[in-house]
Amino acid sequence: MALTKSIAELAGDKKSDEKARTFVLENHGHTLGNALRSIVMGYPEVDFCGYSVPHPAENKMHFRIQTKGPKATDILQRGLEDLVKVCDAIEEQFKGEMESFQASNL
Amino acid sequence: MAKSNFNIDRAKTHILMKEKSVANLLPSEDGLYLNEDGHWDFDKWREQFQIKIVKRNSLEMEFDLIGIQAAIVNAFRRILLSDVPSMAFEKVLIYNNTSIIQDEVLAHRLGLIPLKADARQFEYRQPDDENGTDVDTLKYKLKVKCSWNKNASPSAPLSEQQVNTNVYSSQIKWLPMGSQSNVYKPDDVNPIHHDILIAKMVPGQEMDIELHAIKGIGRDHAKFSPVATAFYRLLPEITLLRDVEDDLAYKLQKCFSPGVIGLQKTKSGNVKAYVSDARYDTCSRNVFRHEDLKDAVQLERVKHHFIFTIESVGALPPDVLFIEAVRTLKNDCLDLLQKMKNMKKSGKKKKNN
Repeated sequence: MALTKSIAELAGDKKSDEKARTFVLENHGHTLGNALRSIVMGYPEVDFCGYSVPHPAENKMHFRIQTKGPKATDILQRGLEDLVKVCDAIEEQFKGEMESFQASNL
Repeated sequence: MAKSNFNIDRAKTHILMKEKSVANLLPSEDGLYLNEDGHWDFDKWREQFQIKIVKRNSLEMEFDLIGIQAAIVNAFRRILLSDVPSMAFEKVLIYNNTSIIQDEVLAHRLGLIPLKADARQFEYRQPDDENGTDVDTLKYKLKVKCSWNKNASPSAPLSEQQVNTNVYSSQIKWLPMGSQSNVYKPDDVNPIHHDILIAKMVPGQEMDIELHAIKGIGRDHAKFSPVATAFYRLLPEITLLRDVEDDLAYKLQKCFSPGVIGLQKTKSGNVKAYVSDARYDTCSRNVFRHEDLKDAVQLERVKHHFIFTIESVGALPPDVLFIEAVRTLKNDCLDLLQKMKNMKKSGKKKKNN
């Protein structure tokens, strides 16, 4: 059965302007957590980025971003958008390679 | 003797496998897809990213993903195993089962039978739905009775004197619901393998079972996983640091997987070892057990060069499964982006109020 996935902010970062946030992603785990982390870590504005699954029996993933200035939510959004772009690029390239592979193996 | 060429620059692109340790395993992302200031850049990444398809048939494929983070490759692997949906028997309604295999064991066995049905054409069935509809359920029946074969001669072997001693997956019959018979042929939805032994019976025993196949994902139960396995490994690279000849060459060849080390005749009539194809080496590091050979080779793995293998169960070809996995990751991201937008909107509303 398809699980509903959601996102929320963890309390406790109100003092940090909007530079640091921990997001709670319901029904997500290491699959998205690590992939997204690997993208967000590469941004120059990001001081820290990490994720954790606080308890294996709870379907929750914590994703933390600390930045040098921009809003953490904006960085998360950019990370997701870049991951979408990466997926699109992989699909496009894979399809192209499959076509030429099949053409050369007829 | 040639010196190892492993230096700082090479450490950016290669992992050195030493006798008892692995050097520079740091998850460094440098070198490959960073812009001038050392930060990740989509266009830069796109420029150098490559896919090479090595082999592909209806069940198995192998391809290389070159120039990408391990985390993303791993995400695809995890999604293939547990998030790409497939169809499997979930509800087993046992009207009669007098065989010696217990109801619950039989139900479990039936659940593991792979079906040819394409899960992309079905919806998820609601958990409280008992009967299902033609868009979310495939119904089958298995009605078999074992009996004596009256036509068999008394001298025939026992197996010929009985009918239906073996119950095979081919005896599962599909019962089309609603408009399903217009859309699918039995071969589109029946078990992939016709020779799976489900149970053994003796004359007088019978089973009368109705089966409901639904769409599900591997995270819920492994029977829903569309792949037998999906895995990746880094491309091995082997460098010979000095000439290895004659007896030592044969010895070196035996240290690696077949086909990895080749032998050639030199002008002086000796046999000399060369690296013919390191790709399929198991990286056993057997060579380091030999004092006379351990200084002759350098074993490495190429960072960011992933050899990805998918073995499909058979419902969908492996290349379709990979594309499904990529789309699953993408849709997860799009879904989150949408939810973030909604969150912003509701946050603004609160402020206005």
